[in-house]
Amino acid sequence: MTDTATSGPIAIVQSSSRRHASPKQYRRLPVAREWPTWVIVLLQIGIVAAIISYWEIGARIGLIDSFFWSQPSAIWETAKIFFASGNAYADIAYTFRSTLLGFFLGTLAGSALGLSFWWSKNYAAIAQPYIICFESLPKLALAPLIILVFGMGLVSKVAIAVALTLVVSTLTTYAGVKAVDKDSERLFYSLGATRWQVFTKLVVPSCLPWIISVLRVNIGLALTGSIVGEFIASQYGLGRTILYAGQTYEISLVWVAVTVLSLLSIAMYVAVSWLENKLTKGVMH
Amino acid sequence: MGIPSKLRLEDLSMTFATPTGLFEALAPVNLAVDAGKFISLIGPSGCGKSTIFNIVAGLQIPSGGRVLIDNEDATGTIGRVGYMLQKDLLLRWRTVLDNIVLGMEIQGVPTAEARAKALPYIKRYGLGGFEYQYPSALSGGMRQRAALLRTLLLDNDIVLLDEPFGALDAQTKSQMQEWLLQIWADFGKTVIFVTHDVDESIYLSDEVCVMGTRPGRIIERMTVPLSRPRPRSIVNHADFIAIKQRCMDLLNQQYTKAELAEAV
Repeated sequence: MTDTATSGPIAIVQSSSRRHASPKQYRRLPVAREWPTWVIVLLQIGIVAAIISYWEIGARIGLIDSFFWSQPSAIWETAKIFFASGNAYADIAYTFRSTLLGFFLGTLAGSALGLSFWWSKNYAAIAQPYIICFESLPKLALAPLIILVFGMGLVSKVAIAVALTLVVSTLTTYAGVKAVDKDSERLFYSLGATRWQVFTKLVVPSCLPWIISVLRVNIGLALTGSIVGEFIASQYGLGRTILYAGQTYEISLVWVAVTVLSLLSIAMYVAVSWLENKLTKGVMH
Repeated sequence: MGIPSKLRLEDLSMTFATPTGLFEALAPVNLAVDAGKFISLIGPSGCGKSTIFNIVAGLQIPSGGRVLIDNEDATGTIGRVGYMLQKDLLLRWRTVLDNIVLGMEIQGVPTAEARAKALPYIKRYGLGGFEYQYPSALSGGMRQRAALLRTLLLDNDIVLLDEPFGALDAQTKSQMQEWLLQIWADFGKTVIFVTHDVDESIYLSDEVCVMGTRPGRIIERMTVPLSRPRPRSIVNHADFIAIKQRCMDLLNQQYTKAELAEAV
């Protein structure tokens, strides 16, 4: 103890004399260097190219079992046949249609339901446990039942997509309803507003950002709903193609359908993001 | 009592039931305000200023008493007075113009007519060029002006202003006070103004009511004998200082009492 006590001042003297010898080095602010966009894009393409090359070469020299994994050249050939046969467009259109229908119906109905809770606290209180129940329920587990009720056609796919999207929209919109500014509400009433005026001029515009924020989540959910519906029972659609190809060990067709599905999903996601951006700009200032 | 008062509060009281018993937010308050007057209410927090405003605006039903507007019972009716809160509460999805016409729109004035009525005022009161902008483009003072115009353009004779300049910096605040006096003279409304700022209340008002807490009530009402228009330097006038001193004394008494009650 005494040692450290006596060595303390000495150490300080030493360090200060050292500082005299060479001035203290100050660190510079770390700057993250950003690569130019073309380098990033090139690397992104390179990674995909590397994976595809490894896959193709691996399959040819027997490193990868092409029975289970197929191989890029075979997938390419299958894609050409798939698109040449003409079924492709019908399948894509089928999945696209049920997804969009489910997306719009689910989002609209969910938002309307969420907004309706503003009208009566009692009604909202009564409905709440049911909504939470339905939210926590794995809705896809209901898919076989929905198919039984609505049949093998488009309606059942739309219904599953609606089941998935509706609750998300309802809950988010309800959160928006609860967040409507109480002082603004008082202002409206002090001006002599009716309930309907408060609803249309305050509640709905206040909740729009909440409703819009769900769109991107919902487009993904609607697509999932449609695909699952097609898995269970369908005569058309990309989901049916995937299931059919898998069952008949046409792995390259599985890959083709999955790729098309991804592209469809990306396209819809981009479109909805654009819509969201437009709507948000129109609503928030 | 020749001419009936514009606004009269008769034995207005408010009692809340709390877990610890009844809480008297407002002891019976009586107040008569003549048409075209500017009256300030000052007092510590919890003196019931906001309760009075809520009751007059019809947003709360009093436990007892009545609100009379033009000698007519207006207790619990909404849309009879203009009410402006400290927050400007401009709707961000509406342009400045459409925010200003909101009150008229709600009272059933056709939108085109309401806009036509509002436009000259917007130009006149320093918001020209911002009609079609959104509130996010406005400074704090301009937002308050827009909110005030929304309140004043209503077909109501009485305007309640609840600390409208409380959140503004001193410079903007004094500009806004001048502006408010100008607009008050133009519109000829009866104004009831709540503030924490004693100088502000005396400078603006014809009469100042000092309020007390536990229960909320009016303890003294005094007339400000200063002629208008009032220069800024009026704060050095002997009458101004005398009233200010009296207000401060009354308020300090309240604060000490409240603090004592808190300590016990």
